[in-house]
Amino acid sequence: MRTCKEISMLLSQSQERPLGPLERLAVALHLLICRGCANFSRQLEFLRVAARRWRDRDDER
Amino acid sequence: MSVNCANPAELQPPLPTLSDHDIEQHRPYLLRYALIQLRNADEAEDAVQECLLAALQGRARFTGSSSVKTWLTGILKHKILDTIRRRSREQPLAPPDDDEGSAVETMFKADGHWQEMPATWGNPDQALENRKFWEIYEMCARLLPERTARVFMLREIMELSTEEICQECSITPTNLWVILHRARLVLRECLEIKWFGGARS
Repeated sequence: MRTCKEISMLLSQSQERPLGPLERLAVALHLLICRGCANFSRQLEFLRVAARRWRDRDDER
Repeated sequence: MSVNCANPAELQPPLPTLSDHDIEQHRPYLLRYALIQLRNADEAEDAVQECLLAALQGRARFTGSSSVKTWLTGILKHKILDTIRRRSREQPLAPPDDDEGSAVETMFKADGHWQEMPATWGNPDQALENRKFWEIYEMCARLLPERTARVFMLREIMELSTEEICQECSITPTNLWVILHRARLVLRECLEIKWFGGARS
């Protein structure tokens, strides 16, 4: 069984490389039962969106 | 004089050439952009200067398919990338920041569970419209140690691939992924504490 620590690392890596089938399975199963990691997964996506938006947003200061 | 309306060419006036002012007026914005990416005033000045020069000399190439600001930013990104490449040749990536590893270790218990479970953020995209959020975001981004910040910037802002970053910074893919993961953990935690309020589920 993979720990949250390991799963969170895989989730991060999925932003740079495609996960292999076993990795994807491990992640999917874990996310079903772990709300913390499920939240983390969504938050990773948000971080990416936020970084790009920060780069591109018009400066209204 | 009469206009021959049957001739399509008459209906579309040629794109007016950009004036010096059209281009120069974006200097403050470009400077801020470069400064945030390069974190060095002199390098930012140089990059912006090169960008404006290239734009002034190449103004005929502006097609109007985007705004002038967007066009200039595109040129600037290339100049910034050149600066970064030059930097990494002259000054290889600093050794790992002292606290780079510890931040992550403290986020998980010995058995691999989260110390603090990531909370539900609800609909976080709304925050992106809020100026106060961006102040917090920038504050959190400044928490990243220098090496981590630079790598994170190359990936998320310049959107370089794993291969490109590894080549620029002389690190392995595994190094890279660990650094990025740490950056995300730190940023995430900061945003949760300072903005999303940690509604513990």
